[in-house]
Amino acid sequence: MTIQFNDETFRDDYSFHNSDWAIKRFPFPFHEDSYMYAVNMEQHRGGPEGSVYEKRFDVDEHYISEMRDRAMVLADDPLRCQSLPHMTLAGWDLLELIMVSKSEDYPDLFELHRDGDTWRWINKPLGIDDTFTFLDETTLPYGPMEYITRQTQGDFCVLDQRDGNLWMDAGTVTTQADWSLDFDIGMNFFEWHAPVPLAHEKGIFERALKFLLNIQQGAPARRLNWTMTVNPLLDTSPENYHKWGVQKTTLTPENIGAKQHLRVELQTFFRLPRSNGLVFPIRCYLCSFQDLMTMPKWGRRLHRVVRDLPVELATYKGFIDNRPMMLDYLSQFDDGLPTSPGIFPDFDTEPALQK
Amino acid sequence: MSKFEFPPSIKSRPVYGTLEARPGKGHLMIADADGAEAIMDIATPDLMAQTHIIYIPRGTDFADKLRSLNPAQFYEGPTYAASVSRIRRVLQDAHMGLQVYLAGTEGLMGQAQNEAMMAGIPHTAIQTEHRGSTARRMQCVHCKGITEDVETDPFVCSHCGLNLFVRDHYSRRLAAYQGVCIDAEDPGNVPAPKGIYE
Ligand code: HEM
Repeated sequence: MTIQFNDETFRDDYSFHNSDWAIKRFPFPFHEDSYMYAVNMEQHRGGPEGSVYEKRFDVDEHYISEMRDRAMVLADDPLRCQSLPHMTLAGWDLLELIMVSKSEDYPDLFELHRDGDTWRWINKPLGIDDTFTFLDETTLPYGPMEYITRQTQGDFCVLDQRDGNLWMDAGTVTTQADWSLDFDIGMNFFEWHAPVPLAHEKGIFERALKFLLNIQQGAPARRLNWTMTVNPLLDTSPENYHKWGVQKTTLTPENIGAKQHLRVELQTFFRLPRSNGLVFPIRCYLCSFQDLMTMPKWGRRLHRVVRDLPVELATYKGFIDNRPMMLDYLSQFDDGLPTSPGIFPDFDTEPALQK
Repeated sequence: MSKFEFPPSIKSRPVYGTLEARPGKGHLMIADADGAEAIMDIATPDLMAQTHIIYIPRGTDFADKLRSLNPAQFYEGPTYAASVSRIRRVLQDAHMGLQVYLAGTEGLMGQAQNEAMMAGIPHTAIQTEHRGSTARRMQCVHCKGITEDVETDPFVCSHCGLNLFVRDHYSRRLAAYQGVCIDAEDPGNVPAPKGIYE
């Protein structure tokens, strides 16, 4: 299908909105009625047609507006995009991976023409037509990682693999769930995950790291992660927390359906061929509670998950104070009926709300 | 002086050990304040004959005691910032097998460790021992300014003036802990400061 790109904002007047298409394909992150951290990884080899899993790098109706928001964040704070000196080759790897994937997966939107080292990249939605020399930084307006991630939805961490660990040595991070690239850059897998509760004790990070170290070229993996955000604000950075934190206190029983958003990250993992690095795209999807409630299965399930979530997780994810109000709202959409397994909404087969 | 036992913490927070003399042709010891005592605890005439000590007294009177150990080289600096170019210079001609010993405050050890790592010294050749003040070097995540010697939680950022709480999340690259606005969700509601480990 051809994508109708929205003209919308993720700040100030928050005109962000999801079409019916976007709601239906929203990556609801709960495959059952409860949630706990787990090593929830699977191969990233496509998925149901139209789902966010189908393509290697999903492009949706928010593309152009998200890229505009990223440019604003980077203009305000260039430290959101950093690459340690040894990471330039990995940046070229990433540029190649994205250009090849997007031009193959969306030939109507992106074109890549390669003639030896001379590459021509056409990005129709953003109106870009650039010719450059592969592996020659002076022929691009930015470093290779910054160039391509200014044209690709989602945050990107580029990891160096050495000493049996992964090191966050480069990244473009403007749509993060409250963590700082500038602070974490140079850390290893266990260090940047240090603030996460419960998961270290469960051995989750040790097992996850083993899995990641063994990811092979051409065999990417994926997982979902989630949190909660008041207003469709992409840039929930610690850097700006003193400005946006107060928005969490603006929820009321009347506005919660529209203002409270479930924030889901589709995280993927790709091995990079020349550098042997790993790239970790973190693609953020937002959906308001009221839009989620249009899927009866999601309404029932979200209520149960939020209700039963351990205090440590609700605190870490930053919504412990708002949880009671969320539950008052969500309980209206839970009639106690069972839910079908899996994350998909099953709109045609799940019963309508019985109250 | 007895050593402070840091409570167990998260995985980005550094842990410190106890200095021990290691075999090696060259030894570089960098310390501030009470860190002098960690050096005195391992000093022997043989070790000192191959040791360069860089010491920042910070109001203590250990400098003469260290000097009387007769190290091969001794430098007393007024502040870390004043000493850092010398530290870099010394690390630049470090030979393979140089042993690096860091002792004193977390801020001193963290910054000197960074210099040593940047000079290519493997971290296995760097030892640390905490002595003296438990104050922290903090980075304000909002304005990026560093506030040295923070003893209380919360504290006021010395650059932008925000009230920050003291996290345990630590960046080796910055040699600093992270400070985050404490009253973002309830402006003006700032609890009375307490000692970080109280
Ligand atoms: C190499 C790729 C990865 C990167 C760069 C990465 C990065 C991060 C970062 C920066 C955070 C925020 C930590 C903070 O509070 O400051 C985080 C959270 C987390 N990560 Fe990862 N991560 C990666 C892979 C994984 C994998 C494979 C797992 C599998 C279990 C995982 C599980 C988690 C969990 C459970 C959280 C807490 C999320 C929440 O509750 O909202 N991560 N990750």
